[in-house]
Amino acid sequence: MSEFDEAAKTLLFDAPNSYVGRSVTRPNARRLTQGRGQYVDDIVLPRMVHVAYVRSPHAHAKIVKIESKKAAAMPGVVRIATGAEIALVCKPYVGVLTHLQGMRSPPQYPLAIEVARWQGEPVVAVVAQSRAEAEDAVDAVEVRYEELPAALDAERALDPSETKIHKEFDSNLCFQRTVDTGGVDAAMKSAHLVVEDTIVFGRHTGVTMEPRAILADYNRAEESMTVYHCGQSPHMMQGIIASRLSLDEHRVRIVARDVGGSFGIKIHTYGDEIAACALSLMLGRPVKFAADRLESFLSDIHARDHRVKAKLAVDRDGNMLALEIDDLTGIGPYSMFPRSSGVECNQVLNLTGGPYKHKEYRARGTVVFQNKNMMCQYRAVGHPIAVAVAEHMVDQAAAKLGIDPAEMRKRNLIADDAYPCKSASGMRFEALSHHQCMDKLLALMKYDGLRREQSDLRKKGVYRGIGLSSFIEVTNPSPMFYGVGGARIAAQDGCTIKLDANGAIVAATGVTEQGQGTETIMAQIAATALGVEMSCVKVLTGDTDKVPYGGGTWASRAAGIGGEAVLQAGLALKANILQAGAVILKTSASDLDIVDGRVVKKGTEQGITLAELARICYYRGNELPVDFQPELVVTRHYRVKDYAFVFSNGAQGCSLEVDIETGFVKLLKMWCVDDCGRVINPKLVDEQARGGIVQGIGGALYEQCLYDDRGQLLNATMADYLVPMAAEMPDIECAHVETPTKTSMLGAKGAGEAGTGGAPAAIMNAVNDALRPLEAKVTSQPITPEIVLRALGKA
Amino acid sequence: MKAAAETLEVSLTVNGEAVKRSVPARLNLADFLRIELELTGTHVGCEHGVCGACTLRVDGEIVRGCLMFAAQADGCTVDTIEGLSDSREIEELQSAFVLTNALQCGFCTPGVLMAAQALLRDEPNPSRERIREYLSGNYCRCTGYQAIVDAIEAVAKARAARSVR
Amino acid sequence: MKAPRFAYARPASVAEALALLAEHKDEARVLAGGQSLVPMLNFRVAAPKVLVDINRIAALTGIKVSKNHLRIGALVRHVELERSADIARHLPLIAAAMPHVAHPAIRNRGTFGGSCALADPAAELPACAIALAAIFVVASKKGERRIAAQDFFKGLYATALKAGELLVAAEFPLPKPADASAFGELARRHGDYAMVGVAAHGSTQGGKFSDMRVVFFGVADRPQRAAEFEAALGGQAAAARTIAAALPRLDADLSPRADFHGSAATKRHLAKVLAGRVLKQMEGVS
Repeated sequence: MSEFDEAAKTLLFDAPNSYVGRSVTRPNARRLTQGRGQYVDDIVLPRMVHVAYVRSPHAHAKIVKIESKKAAAMPGVVRIATGAEIALVCKPYVGVLTHLQGMRSPPQYPLAIEVARWQGEPVVAVVAQSRAEAEDAVDAVEVRYEELPAALDAERALDPSETKIHKEFDSNLCFQRTVDTGGVDAAMKSAHLVVEDTIVFGRHTGVTMEPRAILADYNRAEESMTVYHCGQSPHMMQGIIASRLSLDEHRVRIVARDVGGSFGIKIHTYGDEIAACALSLMLGRPVKFAADRLESFLSDIHARDHRVKAKLAVDRDGNMLALEIDDLTGIGPYSMFPRSSGVECNQVLNLTGGPYKHKEYRARGTVVFQNKNMMCQYRAVGHPIAVAVAEHMVDQAAAKLGIDPAEMRKRNLIADDAYPCKSASGMRFEALSHHQCMDKLLALMKYDGLRREQSDLRKKGVYRGIGLSSFIEVTNPSPMFYGVGGARIAAQDGCTIKLDANGAIVAATGVTEQGQGTETIMAQIAATALGVEMSCVKVLTGDTDKVPYGGGTWASRAAGIGGEAVLQAGLALKANILQAGAVILKTSASDLDIVDGRVVKKGTEQGITLAELARICYYRGNELPVDFQPELVVTRHYRVKDYAFVFSNGAQGCSLEVDIETGFVKLLKMWCVDDCGRVINPKLVDEQARGGIVQGIGGALYEQCLYDDRGQLLNATMADYLVPMAAEMPDIECAHVETPTKTSMLGAKGAGEAGTGGAPAAIMNAVNDALRPLEAKVTSQPITPEIVLRALGKA
Repeated sequence: MKAAAETLEVSLTVNGEAVKRSVPARLNLADFLRIELELTGTHVGCEHGVCGACTLRVDGEIVRGCLMFAAQADGCTVDTIEGLSDSREIEELQSAFVLTNALQCGFCTPGVLMAAQALLRDEPNPSRERIREYLSGNYCRCTGYQAIVDAIEAVAKARAARSVR
Repeated sequence: MKAPRFAYARPASVAEALALLAEHKDEARVLAGGQSLVPMLNFRVAAPKVLVDINRIAALTGIKVSKNHLRIGALVRHVELERSADIARHLPLIAAAMPHVAHPAIRNRGTFGGSCALADPAAELPACAIALAAIFVVASKKGERRIAAQDFFKGLYATALKAGELLVAAEFPLPKPADASAFGELARRHGDYAMVGVAAHGSTQGGKFSDMRVVFFGVADRPQRAAEFEAALGGQAAAARTIAAALPRLDADLSPRADFHGSAATKRHLAKVLAGRVLKQMEGVS
């Protein structure tokens, strides 16, 4: 059966007992409602000690002297280690991807050595019997710093007069790239209208409910290390820890059990985590590091700090002719290892305007080092910026021409039958459904009714806004994302699936679970492939000792890539089972099927249960022919080959009300139509959309890491950094369009990030839609009341 | 009157069981439960009382476990998510949460369930808006809150329907 | 973020509490609800050597209505104020404020006395106390003294409490007929500290404003009475147009400090908008 055989797919996915497309509940959810999760901080090991860190209070400072004698004598203290001491056992790392040409970053050590380069960078490690005692000793460590001028303004980062963060580089430039189709200037010159704007996005961060945590346990006798980690990519971490600490990779085991939210925050290499592993190596006992919330704000990666200048040329009918952007982003003092801090900007260059038909595009991206916290990939990497910029410019042009925003999009979105094709930025699209999604969205929103209501209310001085966004989303990445650039991050994934001795199915997969439902959808796929009930399927994830080498969960790859590996493995196991069944039932395998856990002659009830088949195969080999050996354990791998990424697409809408006296924005309702290919579990896709949209709302209206002119993070608490809370959030209506990808048999694309990518654009467009009659406009996020009041000239 | 001390004896009831321990004065109630009693269902998310992950019940009312010291719980009755689960007190809510997928990573969930139970005890039939308002003291980063509101509303409606019969 | 070491004492009476405060002087802090103090300890921005836990002192509890005033004990929890029929009846301003104070789990522990003694400039209860002309009752080894709420709040986290003193209660005058009040605040998220808030109390007797006490919070380092604004209302018709006409006086009354939410100008603007909306809600205003 060819994996692209449409008939076979239909038979499989549309079969009455297929789980594909069903909103089953998650088998692993109930224990979490009972408080039976196992997060890293819940795990206790014998002789375990705790580490806390002295962190730099300065954005940029020479570390002149570290005096720790007094601290070392304090109750419960086991060991104090400086950056230099950790460096004796831990190699530095460099966060550069070679395919991002010209990208540079110096080697980075887990703890600062000689110079601290951001407020919060760990400087000294204090290990004690309890976290509290470690913190007591942290307070007693005396570090003498000599403050240095700090580079804090991205706009000035490349000025010759600005502080150079790294002596070995001629400037604070990390990476720069230009995309140019060649005809932008000509198109701008001849255009009927050119609209221009500068849009600014505030730096913000992930705020996972579970702060980062790691528990490293080095066993001296075996020269092996077991690491309990809340990370998304266990195999990647296995490689990093082994290589940095000079351990054999097969003697490093990474275990990720329950993870309290990740969103990309937990996929990076944090000095405080690597140092905890190094300390375990040095001490020969388990060392736990559990970041507290203050540390999380200071050292979890930040993201989305961009200033984008944009220009859009249109003809008199509103057809988009050319788009130009200049993106400046300030990262931390190093590019993050191993995924690099250039990807976010690169995505902005690659993706801005992606849904649209315009032929000419020029984009320049500049990534500069700063003496602020590290920056790297966070859910929907770059998309919130790319989409917001394009969608804002489309609305601006539409407004100037007097064209309704929905109509403007209808004129410019790539036609649904135009695929395969390429974006102006060179992205290859297999098959998208922009128009279908937009039509469905407008119907769901009852768009015309909203416009009428808006118009009526305006007469009463009530300012409602309606905002739309169309977006593409990178999912199912091929090795062209990281592997090609030298990063040891797997784009392929694997599944080992077996029929166990009792007739149950156990599937071990290289993708991981952080609550989105990975284990559930893998079980759905396995059960569908094998014709069994889901309750018979156990899924193993998150343990490098137990699962095939894989990439973990990021870039919305688990369903599409992990799922395909599970599907192929499941189908291959089925074939083996049917072979054994043929032998046992004395018929041919092509006459057999598995239905409801029984191997049966097709169209009949004649056959045996899987449990019975397994019993024979495992225990009663004497009943089998001598030349037949059943293989009831199968492994299959999958990687995306035909495209660099398998794009998904969708459309979002937002209805809100702006209080023009206070500047407050009240979200009334939001909608999302997402095409993530074949949907495995509609409810879980909806919930990813909702959670993702609320994170997008955070970036659009509430969240910002506020730095002062000395590089001090001012709002590092949950009271001052505003994460969305329940009272202000709207209900969000979700719907689906399904354009299965032909790059796999499963046909599933990713769905985890689309909500976050498209929401800020829809919100900003809605606010500007509300303010348009007052000739006011906002061009920065988060859109705080003050930003609205300033736009209105009231503050 | 006893002089101020850095270590104290506390006697309290946790999930119906009498507990007696010697504790450092500075050990907060959440850490006491998690570390001393190995009741790890109460989670620590911020240690400044804002996120709600540590919400538990003391003498029948929900409080932030990170803002009380174990020493202050002397003589008190404490209920954690484990107790509410084992006694089946919140079984209906837990089932509704699973059904509507009102949890993803599960880290905020014990605190949310505590708050939900407190709300429904005081207000048996809250509106969606009221549920959102009450739950505003519990941060969730995964769900976007809607499924949580759906679950609590569903339980309230089911109870209301049953009481009519 | 673990609290630093401290010694803990739990006095059973006011006298015992005062003795401890006298013994340990500025090395001791009073632990009431803990909802503000414990975060400070966890962040290690406060490191008292001794915590005096007053939560079991019965004399500090209770909402009592007497002939002349309503007395709120320092240990009265926010939730008690929220649910009290006496508060709803006699001090509706406080009843209106309580749902804005943080969240249920905080309100179950946080106390009236703790909120006032902490004096966070964005807190609701200090502003209400001033608007309602409350008198704070303060105990020390020397005895009791009374301080008008007006004179109690001295600055950022600063009050008139001297070393060794304990706030034990506040006495609120009982309302007269034609008394009116209104409360409002602007916050980014429900339960957050206010960006700007206003607690107003006075009389609309005979269709005119009198005895107006309009107190803003979240705009300065302490709750701020708007004297010029009050003067512009006093004696005038209790009507929306009076309020609107008086709003510009707030420019002179309020000297806000910029914070995360906005500049001084933004705060001033928001204060005016809020005052305009809130005062219209006072009973008897046309």
